[in-house]
Amino acid sequence: MNAITPTRRGLLKSTGLVLGVALPAAGRAARALPDAPFAPNAFVRVSPDNLVTIIIKHVEMGQGPATGLATIVADEMDADWSQVRVEFSPANDALYKNLYFGTMGTGGSSAIANSWEQMRGAGASARAMLAEAGAKRWGVAVGEVKVARGVVSHGDNKASFGELAGEAALLKPPEKPVLKTPDQFTLIGRDTPKIDSVAKSTGAAQFTMDVRRPGMVYSAILHPPLFGGKVGKVDVSAAMAVNGVLGVKPIPQGVAVYARDTWAAMQGRAALRVEWDLSKAEKRSTEELYAQFAEKTEEPGVQVEASGDAKAAFKGAAGKLEAVYCFPYLAHAPMETLDAVIEMQGDEVHVWMGSQFQVGEMGAIAAVLGVKPDKVVLHEQYAGGSFGRRVSPGMEFGVEAASVFKAWGGKVPVKHVWTRENDLMGGFYRPLVVHTVRGGLDGNGEIISWDHVVAAQSAFKGTPMEFMGIQKGIDGSITEGAAESSYRFPNHYVGQHIMEGGVPTLWWRSVGNTHTAYAMETFLDQMLERGKKDPVEGRLALMHDERMKAVLRKAAEIAKWGSKPPEGRARGVAAHFSFGTYVAQVAEVSKGPDGLPKVHKIWCAVDCGVAVNPNIIRAQMEGGIGYGLGHALYGEIVLGEGGIVQQSNFDTYRSLRIGEMPEVEVAIIESGAHPRGVGEPGLPPVAPAVANAWRNLTGKVVRRLPFSVGGRV
Amino acid sequence: MPTDFTLNGKPASFDGDPETPLLWVLRDHLGLTGTKYGCGIAQCGACTVHLEGKNRRSCVTPVGMVAGKKVTTIEGVEGAEAKAVQKAWVAIDVPQCGFCQSGQVMSAIGLLKAKKKPSDTDIDNAMAGNLCRCATYVRIRQAIHDAAAMVEG
Repeated sequence: MNAITPTRRGLLKSTGLVLGVALPAAGRAARALPDAPFAPNAFVRVSPDNLVTIIIKHVEMGQGPATGLATIVADEMDADWSQVRVEFSPANDALYKNLYFGTMGTGGSSAIANSWEQMRGAGASARAMLAEAGAKRWGVAVGEVKVARGVVSHGDNKASFGELAGEAALLKPPEKPVLKTPDQFTLIGRDTPKIDSVAKSTGAAQFTMDVRRPGMVYSAILHPPLFGGKVGKVDVSAAMAVNGVLGVKPIPQGVAVYARDTWAAMQGRAALRVEWDLSKAEKRSTEELYAQFAEKTEEPGVQVEASGDAKAAFKGAAGKLEAVYCFPYLAHAPMETLDAVIEMQGDEVHVWMGSQFQVGEMGAIAAVLGVKPDKVVLHEQYAGGSFGRRVSPGMEFGVEAASVFKAWGGKVPVKHVWTRENDLMGGFYRPLVVHTVRGGLDGNGEIISWDHVVAAQSAFKGTPMEFMGIQKGIDGSITEGAAESSYRFPNHYVGQHIMEGGVPTLWWRSVGNTHTAYAMETFLDQMLERGKKDPVEGRLALMHDERMKAVLRKAAEIAKWGSKPPEGRARGVAAHFSFGTYVAQVAEVSKGPDGLPKVHKIWCAVDCGVAVNPNIIRAQMEGGIGYGLGHALYGEIVLGEGGIVQQSNFDTYRSLRIGEMPEVEVAIIESGAHPRGVGEPGLPPVAPAVANAWRNLTGKVVRRLPFSVGGRV
Repeated sequence: MPTDFTLNGKPASFDGDPETPLLWVLRDHLGLTGTKYGCGIAQCGACTVHLEGKNRRSCVTPVGMVAGKKVTTIEGVEGAEAKAVQKAWVAIDVPQCGFCQSGQVMSAIGLLKAKKKPSDTDIDNAMAGNLCRCATYVRIRQAIHDAAAMVEG
């Protein structure tokens, strides 16, 4: 077995070291010591024991950047994959910012996309210096030196990277390292084994929840039962009577319980008696919100995109279709609930977490604790899933964890872990959304008008990032995918309403595309049927981007679109562009015993530019499909009468289980285009492809999700 | 009175409330963090261990219940099935975020011990209690079939 495991101990020890020896801005190599590591830049370190450590600036939450980014560096460097290790970078914008964001952050399926040239340059630079070190040692021209699989050679002379580390450290990095041509790639484009599979198959991988510090206490928190509620009077007697509970502290976010272990903290949490101040809380139910949002979509809202006159064309249309779509709040529910460990070490605050906004979140923690941001040291951990949950504009979880730590005195290490109930009832959901769509056909069945209005809360509103996210009254993430869609209509209008609401909302895997793709692709499917067009041919005729067309053709080809499905089954198709990546999917469904779609297979075609690791691309398509399908079938967070969240754990927030996972076949379009993301784009087409297949099978039109509410037959 | 049991082949003891779930005894008191918390109500399977060789959700198992019994966690699992399952898991890169995978691996080993050549339906039934929010299910199924073939030789 080719076992490749990152060195976790190395990770914990090292974050300061990287900064200490590697300052690429200075353009100077590390000082030379006999056994000093060779650290030509902030992303590469070669140690005399011949290990190549690659520094990963993005959070690894399952989407694969630890492997992907390391692959790019190792390829340009000509390292041997078996000598490669990874470490997560410290929180440092100067060295490790997301080049698309200007600050450290992982989101928008951008990890590979923003780092492509940067990682290639880092690897190529290291390679050039190792080659030069070999040339100097042997007194030959650098052009005659070969580098392959971690070995520098010239004729009979050979030296490993580790052997040359000390000499390479004396050299100056090249001004402009020469990058490989694609035909020279040895790891990119191949199914390079994932760097964390061994650790994650043996229980050895360390997550935040696994961190233990000497003298650490464990905390749990009880939040107000309604969003916008505040702590009133707290009766701590029952909680304090729980064996192992050390104390109870009200903080702005709720009531924190401190204990000797997690179980006691959770028991104490359950025993708390709190009078809440709910005078300013959100009390509307999901049903009330749907009604209010739907009413709003009757007005045009703020114009996001328009051509021709959609309303006039609709009025005069020969055929008309009108639809209202309702999408519920959705929780991200990563398997690892939100958590953090905070500890004081001298005048430094040490934080262990899987943060998605590393610098911003450490800054927020610093502000709570009244220290300078450069006194907060992040030990970035593997994140046990996220799907968008570990990143929020207000850094609310970091702020809460710091508040919990501070309330206990700020001297003792505290591990703060959310219960699953905290997670599912804690807000920051995919927003509740209503779409109203009106489409018109002419006498030949051609679509002549498309009028589309969306009402939703904005995840940016009222946060420090509002100025970035909302411009000229438009939050682009509400209508992305409906605006700038893959289709052209002669008379077209897209408008949006930013709704006020007390439920905190957040980006959720593929963000606005979670609902816009569904409305677009199911509505279009019905329009094409009314116009007597084939779903694939009809879409192709309306598409304006050749890459999108090629992806749709590929999905149709591998699904044998047009052939007769097996008895009792039907197929549906959907295509969607998001985060720079093109995806089309065909679903094959039958009727399950519960009156819901049984999805047998998804054929998926994807064009994400250069395929850095096809195996990870396939995995992310599978994962996006499973995550999207599970929520389409069962997922909803419901605010009941008075605004109380009805779901509290996986018994009521139903998740996709193994028997419900379809077979998935993925075709990756070969491309030399700049690589883009795959973490999110696999999700948007699956729900509409299944809905279209379901309609073809049963005639049932599903406009209220999940299917368990709006799609049962 | 402390609760004594056998953990990964060695004697272990917990001096505390016997109602404490085994999960938290393992994680917070005995330092074995491979077994994960995901829900606390036996709905997700991330906390799966083997009790006397059989799959057991440690989050709803009071430690008092395992007194005098043999508990095996992901850190101590061994034998032909365990080797095959972990090898198969790595070979096709099953894990994504990885947080549920200790539980998936333990359930898969338990399944193979009970059934040498499980069908797809056997897998669906045996693994239904193990959630994976990353939806690595396609590969879990494949890896179990691959592991079964490996054990058979």
